[in-house]
Amino acid sequence: MTDLIDTLVGIDVGSPLDALRAKRPVARSDAQTTYDALITDPGDLARASAVERAAIAFWVAALSRAEQLAANYRGLLADLDPAVATSIDDALPDATTTGPYGTYPAGPLSAEDEAGLHFTASPALRDAVGTRLAAALEHAHLLTFRPRDASPDALQALLEAGWSTDGIVTVSQLVAFIHFQLRVITGLTVLKKAI
Amino acid sequence: MTEHVIRYPDLTRPNAFTQEELGWVPWLEPKPESELTDEDYTALVERSRAASPYFRLLVRDPVVLGARTRADNDIFYNTDAGLARAERELSAATTSRTNGCLFCASVHSRFASLQAPSRRDDVQRLLDLGIDGDQDERWTAIIEAAAALTATPSAFGPAHVEALRAVGLDDQAVVDLIQSAAFFNWANRLMLSLGEPTPPTAA
Repeated sequence: MTDLIDTLVGIDVGSPLDALRAKRPVARSDAQTTYDALITDPGDLARASAVERAAIAFWVAALSRAEQLAANYRGLLADLDPAVATSIDDALPDATTTGPYGTYPAGPLSAEDEAGLHFTASPALRDAVGTRLAAALEHAHLLTFRPRDASPDALQALLEAGWSTDGIVTVSQLVAFIHFQLRVITGLTVLKKAI
Repeated sequence: MTEHVIRYPDLTRPNAFTQEELGWVPWLEPKPESELTDEDYTALVERSRAASPYFRLLVRDPVVLGARTRADNDIFYNTDAGLARAERELSAATTSRTNGCLFCASVHSRFASLQAPSRRDDVQRLLDLGIDGDQDERWTAIIEAAAALTATPSAFGPAHVEALRAVGLDDQAVVDLIQSAAFFNWANRLMLSLGEPTPPTAA
Protein backbone atom coordinates (compact mmCIF):
# COMPACT_ATOMS: atom_id res chain seq x y z
CA MET A 1 0.00 0.00 0.00
CA THR A 2 1.33 3.45 -0.86
CA ASP A 3 1.22 6.06 1.87
CA LEU A 4 1.80 9.59 0.59
CA ILE A 5 3.05 10.96 3.91
CA ASP A 6 5.61 8.15 4.25
CA THR A 7 6.69 8.67 0.66
CA LEU A 8 7.16 12.43 0.93
CA VAL A 9 8.90 12.33 4.32
CA GLY A 10 11.01 9.38 3.21
CA ILE A 11 9.98 6.96 5.96
CA ASP A 12 11.42 3.52 5.29
CA VAL A 13 9.86 0.31 6.58
CA GLY A 14 11.53 -0.62 9.85
CA SER A 15 12.96 2.87 10.49
CA PRO A 16 12.41 4.68 13.83
CA LEU A 17 9.78 6.98 12.33
CA ASP A 18 7.96 3.99 10.84
CA ALA A 19 7.69 2.54 14.36
CA LEU A 20 6.51 5.87 15.78
CA ARG A 21 3.80 6.24 13.13
CA ALA A 22 2.78 2.60 13.66
CA LYS A 23 1.77 3.46 17.24
CA ARG A 24 -1.04 5.60 15.79
CA PRO A 25 -2.12 3.17 13.07
CA VAL A 26 -5.62 4.54 12.51
CA ALA A 27 -4.40 8.14 12.17
CA ARG A 28 -1.89 6.86 9.64
CA SER A 29 -4.28 4.77 7.53
CA ASP A 30 -7.14 7.27 7.67
CA ALA A 31 -4.90 10.14 6.59
CA GLN A 32 -4.31 8.09 3.44
CA THR A 33 -8.02 7.15 3.20
CA THR A 34 -8.94 10.84 3.32
CA TYR A 35 -6.38 11.68 0.64
CA ASP A 36 -7.75 8.93 -1.59
CA ALA A 37 -11.38 9.94 -0.98
CA LEU A 38 -10.67 13.59 -1.77
CA ILE A 39 -8.08 13.28 -4.53
CA THR A 40 -7.08 9.95 -6.04
CA ASP A 41 -10.38 8.07 -5.91
CA PRO A 42 -13.32 10.36 -5.14
CA GLY A 43 -16.75 8.80 -5.29
CA ASP A 44 -18.60 11.84 -6.64
CA LEU A 45 -17.04 13.99 -9.37
CA ALA A 46 -20.24 15.99 -9.94
CA ARG A 47 -19.84 17.94 -6.69
CA ALA A 48 -16.15 18.63 -7.45
CA SER A 49 -14.30 17.44 -10.57
CA ALA A 50 -10.88 15.81 -10.59
CA VAL A 51 -9.33 18.97 -12.06
CA GLU A 52 -11.00 21.17 -9.45
CA ARG A 53 -9.82 18.92 -6.62
CA ALA A 54 -6.22 18.78 -7.86
CA ALA A 55 -6.17 22.52 -8.59
CA ILE A 56 -7.40 23.50 -5.12
CA ALA A 57 -4.96 21.04 -3.52
CA PHE A 58 -2.01 22.42 -5.50
CA TRP A 59 -3.03 25.98 -4.68
CA VAL A 60 -3.28 25.37 -0.92
CA ALA A 61 -0.02 23.42 -0.68
CA ALA A 62 1.86 25.96 -2.80
CA LEU A 63 0.45 28.97 -0.88
CA SER A 64 1.64 27.23 2.30
CA ARG A 65 5.14 26.67 0.81
CA ALA A 66 4.82 22.92 1.41
CA GLU A 67 7.09 22.28 -1.54
CA GLN A 68 7.07 18.51 -1.86
CA LEU A 69 3.34 18.26 -1.33
CA ALA A 70 2.73 21.08 -3.80
CA ALA A 71 4.88 19.25 -6.36
CA ASN A 72 2.80 16.11 -5.83
CA TYR A 73 -0.45 17.99 -6.46
CA ARG A 74 0.98 19.97 -9.35
CA GLY A 75 1.97 16.69 -10.99
CA LEU A 76 -1.56 15.32 -10.63
CA LEU A 77 -3.05 18.57 -11.96
CA ALA A 78 -0.65 18.86 -14.89
CA ASP A 79 -1.62 15.34 -16.00
CA LEU A 80 -5.29 16.37 -16.01
CA ASP A 81 -5.08 19.96 -17.27
CA PRO A 82 -1.67 21.55 -17.85
CA ALA A 83 -3.20 24.93 -18.72
CA VAL A 84 -4.87 25.20 -15.32
CA ALA A 85 -1.59 24.25 -13.63
CA THR A 86 0.22 27.04 -15.49
CA SER A 87 -2.50 29.56 -14.62
CA ILE A 88 -2.12 28.74 -10.95
CA ASP A 89 1.67 29.02 -11.21
CA ASP A 90 1.15 32.52 -12.59
CA ALA A 91 -1.28 33.50 -9.81
CA LEU A 92 0.88 32.30 -6.91
CA PRO A 93 3.42 35.16 -6.58
CA ASP A 94 0.74 37.81 -5.96
CA ALA A 95 -1.28 35.53 -3.65
CA THR A 96 1.43 34.21 -1.35
CA THR A 97 1.68 35.77 2.10
CA THR A 98 1.99 34.70 5.75
CA GLY A 99 -0.78 33.87 8.22
CA PRO A 100 -2.91 33.47 10.16
CA TYR A 101 -4.40 36.97 10.22
CA GLY A 102 -7.93 38.38 10.18
CA THR A 103 -10.64 40.05 12.23
CA TYR A 104 -12.41 38.96 15.42
CA PRO A 105 -15.99 39.84 16.37
CA ALA A 106 -15.85 43.35 17.89
CA GLY A 107 -14.79 43.25 21.54
CA PRO A 108 -11.72 42.47 23.65
CA LEU A 109 -10.06 40.52 20.84
CA SER A 110 -10.25 43.45 18.43
CA ALA A 111 -6.79 44.43 19.70
CA GLU A 112 -5.54 41.27 17.97
CA ASP A 113 -7.13 42.09 14.60
CA GLU A 114 -4.52 41.94 11.88
CA ALA A 115 -4.85 43.20 8.34
CA GLY A 116 -3.62 41.17 5.39
CA LEU A 117 -4.19 40.23 1.79
CA HIS A 118 -7.77 39.50 0.68
CA PHE A 119 -7.17 37.58 -2.51
CA THR A 120 -9.40 38.16 -5.52
CA ALA A 121 -8.85 36.18 -8.71
CA SER A 122 -7.53 38.36 -11.54
CA PRO A 123 -9.50 38.53 -14.80
CA ALA A 124 -6.75 36.44 -16.40
CA LEU A 125 -7.05 33.69 -13.79
CA ARG A 126 -10.84 33.79 -13.95
CA ASP A 127 -10.79 33.48 -17.74
CA ALA A 128 -8.34 30.60 -17.59
CA VAL A 129 -10.00 28.46 -14.90
CA GLY A 130 -13.62 29.62 -15.03
CA THR A 131 -15.81 31.41 -12.50
CA ARG A 132 -16.52 28.31 -10.43
CA LEU A 133 -12.92 27.23 -9.82
CA ALA A 134 -11.81 30.86 -9.39
CA ALA A 135 -14.36 31.26 -6.58
CA ALA A 136 -13.05 28.11 -4.91
CA LEU A 137 -9.46 29.38 -5.15
CA GLU A 138 -10.52 32.65 -3.49
CA HIS A 139 -12.22 30.70 -0.70
CA ALA A 140 -9.22 28.38 -0.30
CA HIS A 141 -6.98 31.44 0.09
CA LEU A 142 -9.26 32.78 2.83
CA LEU A 143 -9.22 29.42 4.65
CA THR A 144 -5.45 29.17 4.29
CA PHE A 145 -4.41 32.58 5.63
CA ARG A 146 -7.37 34.10 7.50
CA PRO A 147 -9.77 31.34 8.53
CA ARG A 148 -11.28 33.56 11.23
CA ASP A 149 -12.61 35.86 8.48
CA ALA A 150 -14.93 33.10 7.18
CA SER A 151 -18.55 34.20 6.80
CA PRO A 152 -21.93 33.29 5.34
CA ASP A 153 -21.14 35.77 2.55
CA ALA A 154 -18.09 33.71 1.59
CA LEU A 155 -20.27 30.60 1.26
CA GLN A 156 -22.90 32.58 -0.64
CA ALA A 157 -20.22 33.54 -3.17
CA LEU A 158 -19.47 29.84 -3.70
CA LEU A 159 -23.16 28.99 -4.21
CA GLU A 160 -23.49 31.82 -6.72
CA ALA A 161 -20.42 30.56 -8.60
CA GLY A 162 -22.09 27.18 -9.11
CA TRP A 163 -21.04 25.10 -6.09
CA SER A 164 -23.68 22.94 -4.39
CA THR A 165 -23.98 22.56 -0.62
CA ASP A 166 -22.43 19.08 -0.92
CA GLY A 167 -19.68 20.54 -3.09
CA ILE A 168 -18.88 23.23 -0.52
CA VAL A 169 -18.59 20.60 2.22
CA THR A 170 -16.15 18.62 0.07
CA VAL A 171 -14.08 21.68 -0.92
CA SER A 172 -13.95 22.77 2.73
CA GLN A 173 -12.76 19.30 3.77
CA LEU A 174 -10.20 19.31 0.97
CA VAL A 175 -8.66 22.64 1.96
CA ALA A 176 -8.77 21.86 5.68
CA PHE A 177 -7.33 18.34 5.21
CA ILE A 178 -4.36 19.64 3.22
CA HIS A 179 -3.54 21.95 6.13
CA PHE A 180 -3.36 18.80 8.29
CA GLN A 181 -1.44 16.77 5.72
CA LEU A 182 1.21 19.42 5.07
CA ARG A 183 1.83 19.93 8.79
CA VAL A 184 2.24 16.21 9.48
CA ILE A 185 4.75 16.11 6.61
CA THR A 186 6.58 19.24 7.85
CA GLY A 187 6.65 18.06 11.45
CA LEU A 188 7.81 14.53 10.69
CA THR A 189 10.45 15.81 8.26
CA VAL A 190 11.91 18.01 11.02
CA LEU A 191 11.74 15.14 13.53
CA LYS A 192 13.36 12.72 11.09
CA LYS A 193 16.45 14.88 10.89
CA ALA A 194 16.66 14.96 14.68
CA ILE A 195 16.52 11.17 15.14
CA MET B 1 -33.66 22.39 -2.34
CA THR B 2 -31.05 23.12 0.32
CA GLU B 3 -28.85 25.40 -1.75
CA HIS B 4 -28.88 28.53 0.36
CA VAL B 5 -26.92 30.10 3.20
CA ILE B 6 -28.46 30.29 6.67
CA ARG B 7 -27.94 33.58 8.51
CA TYR B 8 -28.52 34.49 12.16
CA PRO B 9 -29.09 38.24 12.30
CA ASP B 10 -30.27 38.15 15.92
CA LEU B 11 -27.33 36.15 17.24
CA THR B 12 -25.13 37.69 19.94
CA ARG B 13 -21.74 36.51 18.73
CA PRO B 14 -19.23 35.41 21.40
CA ASN B 15 -16.25 37.79 21.19
CA ALA B 16 -13.76 36.34 23.69
CA PHE B 17 -12.04 33.01 24.30
CA THR B 18 -13.69 31.00 27.08
CA GLN B 19 -13.65 27.55 28.70
CA GLU B 20 -17.43 27.70 28.94
CA GLU B 21 -19.55 25.49 26.70
CA LEU B 22 -20.46 27.40 23.53
CA GLY B 23 -23.02 26.28 20.97
CA TRP B 24 -22.51 26.23 17.19
CA VAL B 25 -24.93 26.87 14.35
CA PRO B 26 -24.39 25.94 10.67
CA TRP B 27 -24.39 28.35 7.70
CA LEU B 28 -25.43 25.55 5.32
CA GLU B 29 -28.29 23.08 5.68
CA PRO B 30 -27.21 19.89 7.49
CA LYS B 31 -28.52 16.62 6.11
CA PRO B 32 -31.93 16.00 7.75
CA GLU B 33 -31.78 13.28 10.41
CA SER B 34 -34.65 11.45 8.66
CA GLU B 35 -32.50 11.05 5.52
CA LEU B 36 -29.41 9.53 7.16
CA THR B 37 -28.38 6.21 5.58
CA ASP B 38 -26.49 3.28 7.09
CA GLU B 39 -23.34 4.61 5.40
CA ASP B 40 -23.93 7.98 7.05
CA TYR B 41 -24.25 6.39 10.48
CA THR B 42 -20.99 4.51 9.87
CA ALA B 43 -19.33 7.82 9.00
CA LEU B 44 -20.68 9.48 12.14
CA VAL B 45 -18.88 6.70 14.12
CA GLU B 46 -20.93 7.51 17.24
CA ARG B 47 -24.69 7.34 16.66
CA SER B 48 -25.30 10.23 19.08
CA ARG B 49 -23.54 12.57 16.64
CA ALA B 50 -26.65 12.49 14.43
CA ALA B 51 -28.03 15.14 16.80
CA SER B 52 -25.17 17.54 15.96
CA PRO B 53 -25.73 19.98 13.06
CA TYR B 54 -21.95 20.12 12.55
CA PHE B 55 -21.62 16.39 12.00
CA ARG B 56 -24.84 16.21 9.95
CA LEU B 57 -23.38 18.89 7.67
CA LEU B 58 -20.04 17.06 7.31
CA VAL B 59 -21.86 13.77 6.65
CA ARG B 60 -22.66 15.19 3.21
CA ASP B 61 -19.23 13.71 2.38
CA PRO B 62 -19.48 10.51 4.45
CA VAL B 63 -16.24 8.76 3.47
CA VAL B 64 -14.18 11.82 4.40
CA LEU B 65 -16.07 12.41 7.65
CA GLY B 66 -15.60 8.78 8.72
CA ALA B 67 -11.85 8.85 8.07
CA ARG B 68 -11.52 12.25 9.77
CA THR B 69 -13.35 11.08 12.89
CA ARG B 70 -11.33 7.87 13.24
CA ALA B 71 -8.06 9.78 12.78
CA ASP B 72 -9.21 12.31 15.41
CA ASN B 73 -9.91 9.55 17.93
CA ASP B 74 -6.54 7.85 17.36
CA ILE B 75 -4.59 11.12 17.66
CA PHE B 76 -6.31 12.25 20.85
CA TYR B 77 -7.52 9.11 22.65
CA ASN B 78 -4.93 6.42 21.81
CA THR B 79 -2.97 6.46 25.07
CA ASP B 80 -0.51 3.71 24.14
CA ALA B 81 2.61 5.77 25.06
CA GLY B 82 3.24 9.30 23.81
CA LEU B 83 1.99 12.67 25.02
CA ALA B 84 -0.32 12.98 28.06
CA ARG B 85 -3.99 13.53 27.20
CA ALA B 86 -4.01 17.01 28.80
CA GLU B 87 -1.06 18.08 26.67
CA ARG B 88 -2.65 16.84 23.44
CA GLU B 89 -5.64 19.03 24.37
CA LEU B 90 -3.23 21.89 25.15
CA SER B 91 -1.80 21.52 21.65
CA ALA B 92 -5.33 21.60 20.16
CA ALA B 93 -6.26 24.63 22.29
CA THR B 94 -3.06 26.45 21.26
CA THR B 95 -3.74 25.79 17.58
CA SER B 96 -7.33 27.01 17.97
CA ARG B 97 -6.17 30.10 19.88
CA THR B 98 -3.68 30.89 17.11
CA ASN B 99 -6.12 30.42 14.24
CA GLY B 100 -8.86 32.25 16.13
CA CYS B 101 -11.43 29.46 16.48
CA LEU B 102 -13.40 30.45 19.57
CA PHE B 103 -15.53 27.32 19.45
CA CYS B 104 -12.67 24.79 19.12
CA ALA B 105 -10.64 26.66 21.75
CA SER B 106 -13.56 26.48 24.19
CA VAL B 107 -13.95 22.72 23.79
CA HIS B 108 -10.28 21.82 23.98
CA SER B 109 -9.29 24.28 26.71
CA ARG B 110 -12.12 22.77 28.75
CA PHE B 111 -10.85 19.26 27.97
CA ALA B 112 -7.30 20.28 28.97
CA SER B 113 -8.61 21.57 32.30
CA LEU B 114 -10.65 18.41 32.84
CA GLN B 115 -7.54 16.29 32.24
CA ALA B 116 -5.33 18.51 34.42
CA PRO B 117 -7.65 20.19 36.96
CA SER B 118 -4.79 21.88 38.80
CA ARG B 119 -3.82 23.71 35.57
CA ARG B 120 -7.14 25.44 34.92
CA ASP B 121 -5.65 28.92 35.51
CA ASP B 122 -2.74 28.15 33.18
CA VAL B 123 -5.21 27.11 30.48
CA GLN B 124 -7.20 30.30 31.07
CA ARG B 125 -4.00 32.35 30.72
CA LEU B 126 -3.45 30.81 27.28
CA LEU B 127 -6.96 31.93 26.32
CA ASP B 128 -6.68 35.40 27.84
CA LEU B 129 -3.11 36.35 26.92
CA GLY B 130 -2.47 34.05 23.96
CA ILE B 131 0.64 32.02 23.27
CA ASP B 132 2.96 34.63 24.86
CA GLY B 133 1.31 34.35 28.28
CA ASP B 134 3.60 33.07 31.02
CA GLN B 135 3.69 29.25 31.44
CA ASP B 136 6.09 26.73 32.95
CA GLU B 137 8.93 25.41 30.78
CA ARG B 138 7.14 22.28 29.63
CA TRP B 139 3.93 24.00 28.59
CA THR B 140 5.90 26.85 27.00
CA ALA B 141 7.73 24.35 24.78
CA ILE B 142 4.46 22.64 23.81
CA ILE B 143 2.61 25.91 23.13
CA GLU B 144 5.47 27.35 21.08
CA ALA B 145 5.79 24.18 18.99
CA ALA B 146 2.04 23.95 18.28
CA ALA B 147 1.85 27.65 17.38
CA ALA B 148 4.90 27.41 15.09
CA LEU B 149 3.39 24.46 13.26
CA THR B 150 0.13 26.41 12.88
CA ALA B 151 1.75 29.39 11.16
CA THR B 152 1.51 29.52 7.37
CA PRO B 153 4.08 28.76 6.17
CA SER B 154 4.98 26.50 9.06
CA ALA B 155 7.69 27.87 11.33
CA PHE B 156 8.30 24.53 13.09
CA GLY B 157 11.98 23.61 13.12
CA PRO B 158 14.79 21.70 14.84
CA ALA B 159 14.86 24.17 17.76
CA HIS B 160 11.28 23.18 18.64
CA VAL B 161 12.15 19.48 18.72
CA GLU B 162 15.18 20.28 20.87
CA ALA B 163 13.07 22.33 23.30
CA LEU B 164 10.45 19.58 23.54
CA ARG B 165 13.10 16.97 24.29
CA ALA B 166 14.69 19.25 26.88
CA VAL B 167 11.43 19.34 28.85
CA GLY B 168 11.06 15.56 28.73
CA LEU B 169 9.07 14.67 25.61
CA ASP B 170 10.19 11.46 23.89
CA ASP B 171 9.84 11.04 20.12
CA GLN B 172 6.41 9.41 20.41
CA ALA B 173 5.21 12.43 22.37
CA VAL B 174 6.64 14.74 19.71
CA VAL B 175 4.70 12.82 17.05
CA ASP B 176 1.52 13.24 19.14
CA LEU B 177 2.16 16.96 19.44
CA ILE B 178 2.70 17.28 15.69
CA GLN B 179 -0.43 15.30 14.87
CA SER B 180 -2.69 17.02 17.42
CA ALA B 181 -1.66 20.50 16.22
CA ALA B 182 -1.90 19.41 12.57
CA PHE B 183 -5.33 17.92 13.19
CA PHE B 184 -6.66 21.17 14.63
CA ASN B 185 -5.49 23.02 11.56
CA TRP B 186 -8.01 20.76 9.83
CA ALA B 187 -10.78 21.04 12.45
CA ASN B 188 -10.47 24.83 12.98
CA ARG B 189 -10.95 25.51 9.28
CA LEU B 190 -14.17 23.47 9.19
CA MET B 191 -15.64 24.94 12.38
CA LEU B 192 -14.73 28.51 11.40
CA SER B 193 -15.98 28.35 7.84
CA LEU B 194 -19.17 26.27 7.94
CA GLY B 195 -20.94 28.01 10.83
CA GLU B 196 -20.41 30.08 13.95
CA PRO B 197 -20.39 29.82 17.75
CA THR B 198 -23.33 30.83 19.92
CA PRO B 199 -23.18 32.05 23.54
CA PRO B 200 -23.05 29.60 26.45
CA THR B 201 -26.51 28.23 27.18
CA ALA B 202 -27.89 28.98 30.64
CA ALA B 203 -27.35 25.93 32.84
